Amino acid sequence: MPRTRRPALPPVDRGLPDYVTRRTSGFYRELNPATKLALAALEVVVVFAVPGWLGPLVVLAIVAGVAAATRTGRELAVIGLAASPLVISIMVVNLFVLPGAADPIFHAGPIAPTWSGLWFGLLTSTRLLTFSSAVALAYLTTPVDDLLADMSRRGLGRRGVFVVGASVQMVPRTIERVGEIMDAQRARGMDTEGRIWRRARAVVPLAAPVVFGALTEVEERTMALEARAFTAPGRQTLLRAPADRASERALRWLALIALVAVLVARVSGRLG
Amino acid sequence: MSLDLAAVRYRYAGSMSVALGPLDLSLEPGQVVGVAGANESGKTTLCLAASGMAPAVVGGHLDGAVEIDGVAASTLRPHELAQRCGLLFQRAATQLTHTTATVFEEVGFGPCNLSLARDDVVARVWWALAALGIEDLAPRDPTRLSGGQGQLVALAAVLALRPKYLILDEPTSELDPAGTGLVADGLVRAARETGAGILLVEHKTDVLARIADRMIVLDRGGVALAGPAAAVLGDDRLVELGVEPPARVRLARDLRAAGLDLTPDLAGALE
Repeated sequence: MPRTRRPALPPVDRGLPDYVTRRTSGFYRELNPATKLALAALEVVVVFAVPGWLGPLVVLAIVAGVAAATRTGRELAVIGLAASPLVISIMVVNLFVLPGAADPIFHAGPIAPTWSGLWFGLLTSTRLLTFSSAVALAYLTTPVDDLLADMSRRGLGRRGVFVVGASVQMVPRTIERVGEIMDAQRARGMDTEGRIWRRARAVVPLAAPVVFGALTEVEERTMALEARAFTAPGRQTLLRAPADRASERALRWLALIALVAVLVARVSGRLG
Repeated sequence: MSLDLAAVRYRYAGSMSVALGPLDLSLEPGQVVGVAGANESGKTTLCLAASGMAPAVVGGHLDGAVEIDGVAASTLRPHELAQRCGLLFQRAATQLTHTTATVFEEVGFGPCNLSLARDDVVARVWWALAALGIEDLAPRDPTRLSGGQGQLVALAAVLALRPKYLILDEPTSELDPAGTGLVADGLVRAARETGAGILLVEHKTDVLARIADRMIVLDRGGVALAGPAAAVLGDDRLVELGVEPPARVRLARDLRAAGLDLTPDLAGALE
């Protein structure tokens, strides 16, 4: 086989391509990830710290407006649906066994749902859905690599950045793996569809390969990272970093001040 | 200048038995050494020992010497080893970081770890992609590639660190014929374009026949056969050692077994 001498690195005749330096565009999406996280944190605090319906409803209105502007309504609805088992259990528990509730809606033998339980269940469920929507909105409008690049630029070490990135990506990766294993189990005759108890029965033989498979991957992934100089000293070079304008920095400070103010007001009893 | 293993014996942590060795091996830049052998014959262990990962990263105990261009591998830290001796594993999925949006950034992950200037990183990425002929994959999502493409991207990611030696541990083992062909083409190209010395562990002897200059066959951790690739791949003992000869060698044998006389030209072409 003919061999050439080890070639020198050619001069850069092609720079960093546009698809690497890409910028997100549009309202809210183009905000720096840290700004979106700061706003989400403020929204979460308002949802839980402001008593009654005011906090959750104001935040819900904001989230709905941003979701419409960023066209993420469908994804948020899916996330809301995923939370439905939790919402149902909150409603059932509060409706029937809220401590101290004495205003029954009706009596059916020993069962007596209460108005207080209904309202408290609705309020708690709204808080839960609003909180999860606010966080999910930040996630849905932020490319993961933008978040990681921004964290890296702010001085978080490469291990920390990688752990965050791997954790975020673990969800889709695990879903993908579950799909592969389910296909394999089905090919061997296991019934993973149909009634709920059949699906439940299929979880055990599914869980073991998912967990053990992920564990056995760890060693190879560790070596692969070492083989790519992951533990080299010094700061990682950034190929790009999301923009961070002065106005956004001011917005983050405002969000932080508002967050602290709401908490102080809550703790001091000024919010009731 | 070479990657040298001298009287190497390796034991995994917690194991009393020797997984590899005693073994001597030398790999020079620009040379491709193929490694074959049955399962459990020590091929992956050889890769780990030759790349310095064993014992530095995986633990265990190594006797003998592994030297990269005269420097003992045991004195080098993992990121220093990575720049001298690239290591590629069987599965592309476990080698990708899953934290990058494009193949370009995935290949640039290693050079970025070295804190190189951005222009240098960019130059290395383009060079690595060009060396394998996969520049058109640069904008793609690395998690949405075929098996063969994913393995080539993983190889490009290793190449971008500009190692003088490449250790490839069964890079086509999980690939279909199309994926195997894609990776084999990439390896031929990498050998020609990069000038790196390549230690290629491979079950598929057709790939070895295409690319390897020399070969060794491992059996229970030791070298059972060694020599020029054509001679080793035509050796009758290959089957006994759990290695299937390349298709053309099997064809020549079947033709002879059927009583056909092969012309010298045909025999030469097949074997």
